[in-house]
Amino acid sequence: MTLPPGDFWDYLRRATPARIALGRVGDGLPTARVLEFELAHARARDAAKANLDPAALIAGLAAWRPVLVRSEAKDRATFLQRPDLGRRLAENCAEKLAPGSFDATIVIADGLSAGAVQAQAAPLCKILLAAPNCVFAPPVVAIQGRVALGDDIAARQGATLAVVLIGERPGLSSCDGMGAYITFDPKPGVTKDAERNCVSNIGGHGLSLDEAGRRILAIMALARTIRRTGTCLKEDEALDLLLPAPGTLNQIA
Amino acid sequence: MSYGCNTGGTHYVFADMRTLLARASPDRAGDHLAGLAAESGEERVAARMALADLPLARFLDDPLVPYEADEVTRLILDTHDCQAFAPIAAMTAGEFRDFLLSDEATSETLACIAPGIAPEMAAAVSKLMRNQDLIAVAKKISVVTRFRTTIGLPGRLCVRIQPNHPADELAGIGASILDGLMYGCGDACIGINPASDSAKHVLALLERIEELRLRFEIPVQSCVLAHVTTTMRVMERGGPVDLVFQSIAGSEAANRAFGVNLALLDEAHQAVKSLHRAPPGANLMYFETGQGAALSAQAHHGVDQQTMEARAYAVARRYAPLLVNTVVGFIGPEYLYDGKEILRAGLEDHFCGKLMGLPMGADVCYTNHAEADQDDMDNLLTLLCVAGCNYIMGVPGADDIMLGYQSTSYHDALYARSVLGLRPAPEFEAWLKAFGIMDAKSRVRPSLSGGAARLLAAAPR
Repeated sequence: MTLPPGDFWDYLRRATPARIALGRVGDGLPTARVLEFELAHARARDAAKANLDPAALIAGLAAWRPVLVRSEAKDRATFLQRPDLGRRLAENCAEKLAPGSFDATIVIADGLSAGAVQAQAAPLCKILLAAPNCVFAPPVVAIQGRVALGDDIAARQGATLAVVLIGERPGLSSCDGMGAYITFDPKPGVTKDAERNCVSNIGGHGLSLDEAGRRILAIMALARTIRRTGTCLKEDEALDLLLPAPGTLNQIA
Repeated sequence: MSYGCNTGGTHYVFADMRTLLARASPDRAGDHLAGLAAESGEERVAARMALADLPLARFLDDPLVPYEADEVTRLILDTHDCQAFAPIAAMTAGEFRDFLLSDEATSETLACIAPGIAPEMAAAVSKLMRNQDLIAVAKKISVVTRFRTTIGLPGRLCVRIQPNHPADELAGIGASILDGLMYGCGDACIGINPASDSAKHVLALLERIEELRLRFEIPVQSCVLAHVTTTMRVMERGGPVDLVFQSIAGSEAANRAFGVNLALLDEAHQAVKSLHRAPPGANLMYFETGQGAALSAQAHHGVDQQTMEARAYAVARRYAPLLVNTVVGFIGPEYLYDGKEILRAGLEDHFCGKLMGLPMGADVCYTNHAEADQDDMDNLLTLLCVAGCNYIMGVPGADDIMLGYQSTSYHDALYARSVLGLRPAPEFEAWLKAFGIMDAKSRVRPSLSGGAARLLAAAPR
């Protein structure tokens, strides 16, 4: 299948992964573009239905003794239709989370794209765990989990900050986007979404894992100082408090 | 107070008005999730029969969410326009439906009564209407707003360029904006959803669009859809803010989950007014809503998702916005399961918003975990444009690479304008012709010579 010539501004496609300058037949899309879209949609649908392979993730983080838990959503179909169950810890999992006193815990949840988490959560988790001056609870891998499941996990582990690395809705151009949600002093059933900070579009065409790690750690550091997260904590201010990244000064000079 | 209906076999009793409205609502996932949906088809019709006999005035006496506990209820009741309500004050919900479809309900009449229609009245009557009723009545209503373009005129369809980029890269966003302009889109606004809610990023994006607009004298308004507090910081720094954006919902608690309240929105509205970037009387706010937002924040107070959505329109109405759109399929299958539910919700939201006097547009969209595809979007897009929808989204190739969902594309906008004989906003249409993007037959067929080539030269090759 050959692609038809695009619009005469098709050189702009180099600037973005967006579907620009697709060309026209009358006012409509050329056949090849319609089929290209259908293929991407079929792949994204398949990604949304995929399941996480927790064994591989746990093996990648073995040195930190990760804990495996599940939400109350028993399978993918239930997870998609019952977000309330995805926010609650399955009954038999609570005992796996030993209570302690930690600065933060990292929860890796499949969310809406198991593939994104499978590929990228472990390396990002390692970047975060290497942060000095922060005592982490054992990382938690959560199956059929939503963001608010991290509140319950953090509360049970006795962690002040919850960092949830979770698969974002698969898009057509990338099925591998991950988000990080940072919540200070999370309270299960009480904490609102506006009380979280989010670093989104990690991986794929979005942020590199190093840059995502830098932003997450900056937000965590400021959150521990002001003892809050959410709309009151601005990412700009968090990044301004960081030391300049190596090489930045040279670039400015 | 309870409500009852005898269907001839069974006597149904509905404990209160909330229950009655929820049971009367067309079947949808979110109401099942909340445990509010009718348990049988017959119960649903029985609820509609009881609802049809309910006087509209009852909605003012028996608020669904307590007055003391909720500032949205207080807003609805304290600002209710009794004079505008007078012509319909004696009607039941069923009589109101008949009136809306009648010859008596002209565009002028509907505009006059709009401030008297409380959201619960709009929601109630919509539950008694078929899809064609929602279209027929909305079609009669014209809500026109203005900034640099005039939006909502009959026979016109405006489009928001949504040039999102996963890392907010200026070059990538710029390329998508140019592509949209070359496809005749942008007359609703150029509206970017930022990947990062950072005032510095927002300011940089707005300044770049401002440069482009001034250099080529494009009649457009721009908006970066950051949180209202971030936009307020950008205004403090003197950024070129045309529109203040915010997502809103139908209860105080749901708005709290979005990090806003009426006082904060009032403050932002005052701030953007004081910038004096628009002609006097221009509309300066942009709101997005969507069924299920309140439930997802556990802030629905036992009210069905469609009625909660209509209550969000009361919040929007306070600020005489330029643009309001439901993001109808974005929230996912937990709330709107498939193409049929998304289509119905889109028509309901457009109807309720227009009935209440709002300049309704729609983000006709779905996510990859919903049972929907482009065919479902074609159906809803066509029906909304027949109903006179003010604007739709223009996303390159219908694929939002930042938010990870599918909306309508620049091509879809050309299709809708073409099959229904709709034109862009007049100011923007004149610019498209002057720049050789639109031909003499008013088709978008950009020519290589003239303004279009100059515009493209703005981007590095």
